[in-house]
Amino acid sequence: MKAKKIIIAVTPLLIFLVLVLVFKSSLSNDPRKLETKLVGQKVPSFKLGSVTNPEQVITNADLPKEIYLLNVWGTWCVSCYAEHPYLIEFSKTYPIKWVGMNYKDKPKDAIDYLQKYGDPFIYSIADISGQLGIDLGVYGAPETFIVDAQGYIRDRHVGVIDNRVWNKVIIPKLEAIGWENKR
Amino acid sequence: MIPELGHFFLILALVNAVILGTLPFYGAHTQHNGLMRLASKAAIGQFILLLASYICLTIAFVQDDFSVAYVANHSNTLLPLRYKVTAVWGSHEGSLLLWIMILAAWMAAVALFSKALTSVIRARVLATLGLISVGFVSFALFTSNPFERVLPFIPIDGADLNPLLQDFGMIVHPPMLYMGFVGFSVVFAFAIAGLLQGDLDQKWAKWARPWTTVAWIFLTVGIALGSWWAYYELGWGGWWFWDPVENASFMPWLAGTALLHSLAATEKRGAYKSWTVLLAILTFSLSLLGTFLVRSGVLTSVHAFATDPERGLFILTFLGLAVGGALALYAWQFDKLKSNNNYTLVSKEIAIVLNNVLLFSSLLVVLLGTLYPLLADYLWGQKVSIGPPFFDPYFSFFFAFILFLIPFGQQMNWKQDKLSKVLMPQLALLGLAIIISSLLLSWLASELLLWPVVGVSLSLWLTLACLAYVVKLSKNASSFLQGIKKIRRSYWGMLLAHTGLAVTTIGAIVTTFYSIEKDVRIEPQQTVAVGELDIYFEKFDNFTFENYISSQATLKVSEDGDHLVTLKPEKRRYRVSGQLMTEAAIHPGLFSDLYISLAQPLEQGAWAIKVYYKPFVRWVWLGALLMALGGLLAVSDKRYRQKKFTKVKGYRNES
Repeated sequence: MKAKKIIIAVTPLLIFLVLVLVFKSSLSNDPRKLETKLVGQKVPSFKLGSVTNPEQVITNADLPKEIYLLNVWGTWCVSCYAEHPYLIEFSKTYPIKWVGMNYKDKPKDAIDYLQKYGDPFIYSIADISGQLGIDLGVYGAPETFIVDAQGYIRDRHVGVIDNRVWNKVIIPKLEAIGWENKR
Repeated sequence: MIPELGHFFLILALVNAVILGTLPFYGAHTQHNGLMRLASKAAIGQFILLLASYICLTIAFVQDDFSVAYVANHSNTLLPLRYKVTAVWGSHEGSLLLWIMILAAWMAAVALFSKALTSVIRARVLATLGLISVGFVSFALFTSNPFERVLPFIPIDGADLNPLLQDFGMIVHPPMLYMGFVGFSVVFAFAIAGLLQGDLDQKWAKWARPWTTVAWIFLTVGIALGSWWAYYELGWGGWWFWDPVENASFMPWLAGTALLHSLAATEKRGAYKSWTVLLAILTFSLSLLGTFLVRSGVLTSVHAFATDPERGLFILTFLGLAVGGALALYAWQFDKLKSNNNYTLVSKEIAIVLNNVLLFSSLLVVLLGTLYPLLADYLWGQKVSIGPPFFDPYFSFFFAFILFLIPFGQQMNWKQDKLSKVLMPQLALLGLAIIISSLLLSWLASELLLWPVVGVSLSLWLTLACLAYVVKLSKNASSFLQGIKKIRRSYWGMLLAHTGLAVTTIGAIVTTFYSIEKDVRIEPQQTVAVGELDIYFEKFDNFTFENYISSQATLKVSEDGDHLVTLKPEKRRYRVSGQLMTEAAIHPGLFSDLYISLAQPLEQGAWAIKVYYKPFVRWVWLGALLMALGGLLAVSDKRYRQKKFTKVKGYRNES
């Protein structure tokens, strides 16, 4: 009788503890995983112009043969204005190449933007029609893809990269795929 | 400067909360009057500090201070002033600040309106609320500070508020919902104080009851507002989606409703003490879980803007400490909770057990459906989502039983009653309800479907039973009017709330089964027939507003050649974010809504439009308002205002 009472008294607590454990383990899962089906795939093939040099045609062959970052930006994207100074700073202080992908933009606006705020990119792919964006599964700007030396997409970050994201998210991910932080 | 001031107030609030959450507990333990009295003062102080902090954030929004990251991300110079003020709760950080401000408001209310409580109970209730405040204020300060600056790169302009939130419904919905969510923390605090005292007597239940009811009223209105907003704003005529965030607000409602009923049994008969206290803990945990699910990104949803595992971990730890602590306390004091088991099989006590079992079962349905994707991911690594095909049948199953039992349960006597006395008249009423609803539904639509007849019959029956009960209650007076006057407000409240439930059910069922949806292609100056209606596409205009461009179609709707209404559905393009919004045009009516939204433009100025006929959809929200009104009547009952009566001197020593 006594034992039965204790069991009744403690049951709610036990059920609750089990639930907490389930929640705990599911917290470490990233809910955005659903979207990243491109991770582990090659950058989709494309043939587009360059923003700063309209005569130049850029294809997959022109992409860096080392670990680099592909940043999706646009002058219509307000968060990109917030992100831009960080990109300038990171491109100057860290040994990693940034490839820009100017997404659904007017070429003239894009050139003005880079002239006014500086150009952190080795070049920017002009995806005026947004086709490459669709192939990449972009769902907004800014968005940044981590690509390895073989041209495989290894990760992606949605949203602004500021100091906190850079140090806490991007650098660890870069180092995890063998990038050396020789600053 | 002002954001720093707000930040400073928030830090002071944390210090104050730590004092409030510790010293009065010690005072209650050692019978130190000074420390116990401190609780009320600190609670009011907490409210003032957090209100000040909240006002500072509002000022930052009004002044377009984009150096504050939260303002820069959720506002814009073009945003109209009223939305700048409400953008404060447009996302995680600000709505968290609103949450803790409302918590402090509840604390101040308890401090001011609880003169009847013994000082020990009051000190413990306020101190428990203080501990909750410690948790949430530090959550705000350490993981989601709304006052964080973006220096040195100050954005030129803000990223604008999500257009979905630039709307009246969204202005009032979150505060209401939060009032409800947070209100249940008061009930939780009462449960803790009662458990610490070791005795959940009838007086305890009497104190806890009005607070529960008030929180429940707010939650009811909040959920109804959310549903109404979704209906007119999302542009496809739905009013409930079983979305995780909706479920997160619905589960505390179900638990809170069960709690309301079991508290009645505890108060009147001293029954079900342990169950009542568990329900109080559960309701509060579900409110926290709601916050957790919405804010952590554990479940993805259209509502979940913020996803951050760090924050999730914090809420989870907090949830573990608060609820785990409460349940451990419950296990410890379990022995002392002696309930009155003196009742028979046919009694209001049993009716309330059934009510609780059924409400709890429907709660489990919603909980399982909401958490199943999480469990599936954890156990089998599958990402799945569950929708109406799961929720609708299982939830309705239990709900139908609830409807079936209310007519009996609401007029049972405590302790002992005779079923034979109520059975025949009720079954007669049920027969009447079935006939009326069959006639009504066959007049409404050509086809008579089983489930609508079942649901509408049960609801009508419930309404009739409420009326019959009014007649019965007024029987013993000299005249009917005298009899009506003698019915206590708490009874009116109950009857009104139950009628409200019937009204909501009728609305939900009829609109689910008999709505008509048509996709139509329409060209300018063309008339298209949809059912019995003729729709004439008069013109298409563009207008420029403060922060968006509106493309508006003017549609003249006529019925049998008579002009009925001119509807102007629109598409809005918000300039800053570039987002496109569909604004439906609605011709509302008590018995049916005509609802038209623009789908997409076709060639040569033609448009694809969606035309919905939504019968009885207003009843869904009307019923919810009746329920809330019923709650209001119940708390305004005289007996909760007999302050002198409950203040028995000797009672203080019982703890």
